[in-house]
Amino acid sequence: MNTPTLESSLAEIVGAKNILTESEDIIPYSFDGTAAIKRLPRAIVFPSDAQQISEILKLARSQTPPVPVVTRGSGTGLSGGSVPVEGALVVCLTKMNRVLELDTANLTLLAEAGAVTQEIYDAADKAGLFYPPDPGSMRVSTIGGNVAENAGGLRGLKYGVTRNYVMGMEVVLADGSVCWLGNKCVKDVAGYNLRDLFIGSEGTLGIITKVLLKLLPKPAARQTLLATYAQMDAAAATVSDIIASKIIPCTLEFLDRKTIRCVEDFAHAGLPLDAEAVLLIESDGHAAAVADEAAQIEEIARKHGATSVRRARDSAEAAQLATARRSAFSALARLRPTTILEDATVPRSELAHMVRFVEGVATRHALDIATFGHFGDGNLHPTILTDERNTDEMHRVEAAMREIFDEALRVGGTITGEHGVGLAKKKFLPAQLGDASYTLLKNIKRALDPDGLLNPGKIFD
Amino acid sequence: MQNLLKSLDYSVLQQCMHCGMCLPVCPTYAETKEERHGPRGRISLMRAIADGELEVTRAFGDEMYYCLGCLACTSACPAGVNYAELFETARAEVERRHVIKSTQRDFWRWSVVKVLFTRPRLLRLAGRGLWLWRVTGMQALTRALRLTYLLPRRLRELEPQAPRVGAKFSHQLIKPVETPSKKVARTFLSVPPSQTAVPFRRVAVLTGCVQDLAFPEINRATVDVLLANNCEVHTPPVQPCCGSLHAHNGDLESARTLARRLIDMIPPESFDAIISNAGGCGSHLRHYDHLLRDDPAYAARAVEWSRKLRDISEYLVEIDFRKPEARAVTQTVTYHESCHLCHGQKVSAQPRAVLRAIPGVELHECPEATWCCGSAGIYNITQPVTAGRLQDRKMANLRRAHAGIITTANPGCHLQIQNGLRAEKDTITEVAHPVVLLARAYAAERK
Ligand SMILES: Cc1cc2nc3c(=O)[nH]c(=O)nc-3n(C[C@H](O)[C@H](O)[C@H](O)COP(=O)(O)OP(=O)(O)OC[C@H]3O[C@@H](n4cnc5c(N)ncnc54)[C@H](O)[C@@H]3O)c2cc1C
Ligand code: SF4
Ligand code: SF4
Repeated sequence: MNTPTLESSLAEIVGAKNILTESEDIIPYSFDGTAAIKRLPRAIVFPSDAQQISEILKLARSQTPPVPVVTRGSGTGLSGGSVPVEGALVVCLTKMNRVLELDTANLTLLAEAGAVTQEIYDAADKAGLFYPPDPGSMRVSTIGGNVAENAGGLRGLKYGVTRNYVMGMEVVLADGSVCWLGNKCVKDVAGYNLRDLFIGSEGTLGIITKVLLKLLPKPAARQTLLATYAQMDAAAATVSDIIASKIIPCTLEFLDRKTIRCVEDFAHAGLPLDAEAVLLIESDGHAAAVADEAAQIEEIARKHGATSVRRARDSAEAAQLATARRSAFSALARLRPTTILEDATVPRSELAHMVRFVEGVATRHALDIATFGHFGDGNLHPTILTDERNTDEMHRVEAAMREIFDEALRVGGTITGEHGVGLAKKKFLPAQLGDASYTLLKNIKRALDPDGLLNPGKIFD
Repeated sequence: MQNLLKSLDYSVLQQCMHCGMCLPVCPTYAETKEERHGPRGRISLMRAIADGELEVTRAFGDEMYYCLGCLACTSACPAGVNYAELFETARAEVERRHVIKSTQRDFWRWSVVKVLFTRPRLLRLAGRGLWLWRVTGMQALTRALRLTYLLPRRLRELEPQAPRVGAKFSHQLIKPVETPSKKVARTFLSVPPSQTAVPFRRVAVLTGCVQDLAFPEINRATVDVLLANNCEVHTPPVQPCCGSLHAHNGDLESARTLARRLIDMIPPESFDAIISNAGGCGSHLRHYDHLLRDDPAYAARAVEWSRKLRDISEYLVEIDFRKPEARAVTQTVTYHESCHLCHGQKVSAQPRAVLRAIPGVELHECPEATWCCGSAGIYNITQPVTAGRLQDRKMANLRRAHAGIITTANPGCHLQIQNGLRAEKDTITEVAHPVVLLARAYAAERK
C-alpha cells in the first residue's frame, strides 16, 4: 500500500476540490497586500469548519519535520502577515464566510472568521444596528483577519478598534484543540482575558474560526465635512484644537497634496487639487448634537485658516468622500511602481512635528513620500513611492524607514498603529518593547505553540 | 517572437500592488473565492510568466478564458491598472502558443471569429439564412424532427439561444446619407437654444455585426435620434466588423486589419463624431489609437478616430440633446449596464440621462446594475455553466426593479436578457435600447 502523501491526507479532510497545489493555483497565494514580499507555499486548503482545521493542524504537526501553517483571510494585510513561509501550508478561510447569528436582544453578531467585514456591517445595518470598525479594506478583508491584526479604521477616534467589539471567539490551537473564549456577557472577569491574547496575534497563536461581535445602535444622524488647507501645519493645529475643545468626531482623516491628487484621479469626488492638505471630518450621533458639533468643528477649522469647509449635501456625497479616503493607499500606486505603506503612530500632540519630520526624511533621502492617515488617532501612513527594482533607491527607503520609526519611538509612539508587525516590522520591534517585554512575548508563543507550527517567522524569528 | 507578456511594458504589470480592492466586484472570484479566479491572481500569473517563473500552460490558458473580460476590476482599481491591455495580451499569447487544443473549440473560433466576422457580406448571408430558417418554420421543423442532434453538442445547446434575426438589415432601413428634415430643424428652433442641439453636425454611425443582424431597429433608432438633433448621418451600408471579438479572443492581427478597413471606410477627418451604439464594440473602437500605435500609415488617423468615437448616449448628452415634449404614457423602465459600456467606456450616467429625459419614463434602479449578465462576448458559448449562473443572478436583480421595460445598450446583454425572459416564459417584459425609447418619444411628437 502506498503511504498517503500530505496532500492526499489533506484532500481526505477537506475534499479534493478544496486543496490547491498546481503552480497556477499557488502563485496567487505567494503574497498579500504588502509590497515586494513574495514566497511560494506548498499548498492551499479551504476548510469549512473548526473540526477540519483541527485535523489539518494535527496532520501538519505529525509530519517530520512539521509543516508550517499560515492562516489567510483575504490577503489584504500590509505587514506580510499572511505571506507564506516557503513550503508552508496555507489555510485560507474565505470559504467560511457566513454570518451565523444576529442577536438583536443582546446586540451581538456571530460570524465565521472568513466573513467579509462589509457583509457584517451590512447585516447589522439592516437590523438598525452598527458595527463601527471600518478598515479601509473593509469591502475585501475578513473579520478573522481584522481580529488577527486588531484592525483600526476611519472611525477609530470615537469608536475604537476591532478589539473593542470582540466579545468572544472560537479558536483552534496549534495542538488541534478547539477553544471558545468569551461570551455574550457584557461583564465577565472569570480568569485571564484569553480572548484579548488572540486579538492582534497575527495568526501566530491559533486559528480563529468564529467571532462574536458587539454591535451598537445606529447613530441617528451623520454630517461629513471637508476642510481644505494651504498649509500642513494649519491642518494639524485644527486637529489638536478640536481634541482640546473636548470634541470627539467619529472620523478625523488627513490627506496631503500628493494623496489628494491620486485619489481625485480615481474617485472624482471633487477634492481640491490645489490644496496642501485636507481634513475629512465626520460627526455622528443625535441630529441636534451632530449639527452643533459640525458647527463648532467648522468654526475651529476656519479659525486655523482653512481655505474652505465643505459640508456633504447628502449621504451619497458623504459616502463618496469616504470611498475616496479609503482608496488613498491604492491610488498612490499611480505614481511609482512600488508603494510601501508605513504605519507610524504618535501621541496626537506630536502630529505636526511628525509630519514635518517625514517631509525632512523625504528630502534628505531624495525619496518620494506621500502622507495620509487617521490624524485623530495620531496614526500616520507615510507612503514611500519607489521602485523595488532600483536597488540603490531601496537602500535609501530602508534608511528612511529606520529614521521614521526611531523618531516615532523617541516621541513616545509605536511602529505600527493597526497593520501589525508581521514580516515588515519585526526588526523594529525589540526597540519598542525592550528586553523583558520582548522575552515575555516569545514565552507566550512558546507556551501556546511549542513546535512553532503557526505562522513562524512573523512578529519575531 | 518574444513572449507577448514579456514584451509588454513591465510597468503595466507592476502597476498592480495587490491590494485586493478589485476582488469584491469580480464575478468569477465571487463564484469560487479562489485567488486565481480574481483579477489580482490573474495579474500575478501574467507577471510570473513575464518574470520567467511560469510557462504559458493549459491551465493558464483556461484561466484567461474563465475571465469574463468584464473589466469590473478596472472600475474598482484605485491604482489604475490597465487590466484590459493585460488581458488581451495574455489571451493573444495563449492563442499564439496553442496551449488550448480542442477541435470543437477550433471549429468555433475558425468559423465564428475568423470567417464570419471578417466578411460582412457572408455574415449577413448567414444571418439571412437564420432568418429564413426561422420564418419558414424550418427551426420548428428541425426541432420537431430532432435534427438538432446532428449538430455538435455545443451548437445544439445554443440553437434555441440563436438571435432572432430581423427581417431587414440596417442598410435596408437606413440610407447611406440622411439629412435632418427642414421641418425637424424648425420644430426645435422654437425651443430655447440652451436646451437644444441646434448646430449642424456631421456624424457617422457604426452598425455593428450582431446589432445589424439581430437588432437593426436599434440602428434605425440611432439614426433617428441623431437626425432629430440636427445631425447629418452617414451610415456606410456594408461595414466590416470592428474587430472587438477578435481582440477579445486573442487574435490581435485580425483586429488590426479590421480596424484599418473601418478607418478607410469612415475617414475620421470627415466627421464631427463617430457613433457606436453597442457597448462592447464601442469599448474596442475607442482604443484604435492604441491598437494601431505601431502602424506608421494609420497611427495618426487612429488617434483622430479614437478622439471622435462616442457612444450614442454619451454623444447625445454631450451635444445637449433636445428633450422630447411631454406626451405621458407612463412606462416603468430599468437599466442594465453593459460591462463594456460602464467599465470599458465609463459611460454610466448618460444612458440614464437619456431615459430620464423621456416624458412618462419612470426609471427604477435594479440592484447590482453593473454586475455582468454572463453574455461577455462568446462567454455563454465557451463557459455555459458560469454564464448561466450569472444570467440567473441578473434576472433576479432585474425582477427586483419591477419594470415593464428592461433597457440595455449592448446586443450581447440584450440577447442574454431576452433569453433569460424566454426561459422564465415571460412574454410581456420588453427589452430595449435606451435610444429606441427616445426615438419613439420623438416619433410620438409628430403624431
Ligand atoms: C487598501 C487597504 C486599506 C487598508 N486599510 C486598513 C485600515 O484602515 N486599518 C487597518 O487596520 N488595516 C488596513 N489595511 C490592512 C488589512 O486590510 C487589515 O490588516 C485586515 O485586517 C487584514 O484582513 P485579511 O482578511 O485580508 O487578512 P490577511 O491579510 O489574510 O491576514 C492578516 C493576518 O491575519 C492572520 N489571519 C487572518 N485570518 C486569520 C484567522 N481567521 N485566524 C488567525 N489568524 C488570521 C494572517 O495569518 C495574517 O497574519 C488595509 C489594507 C489595504 C490593502
Ligand atoms: S488590480 Fe488594482 S485593485 Fe486589484 S489588486 Fe491590483 S492594484 Fe489592487
Ligand atoms: S475582467 Fe471581470 S472576470 Fe475578469 S478579472 Fe476583471 S472583474 Fe474578474
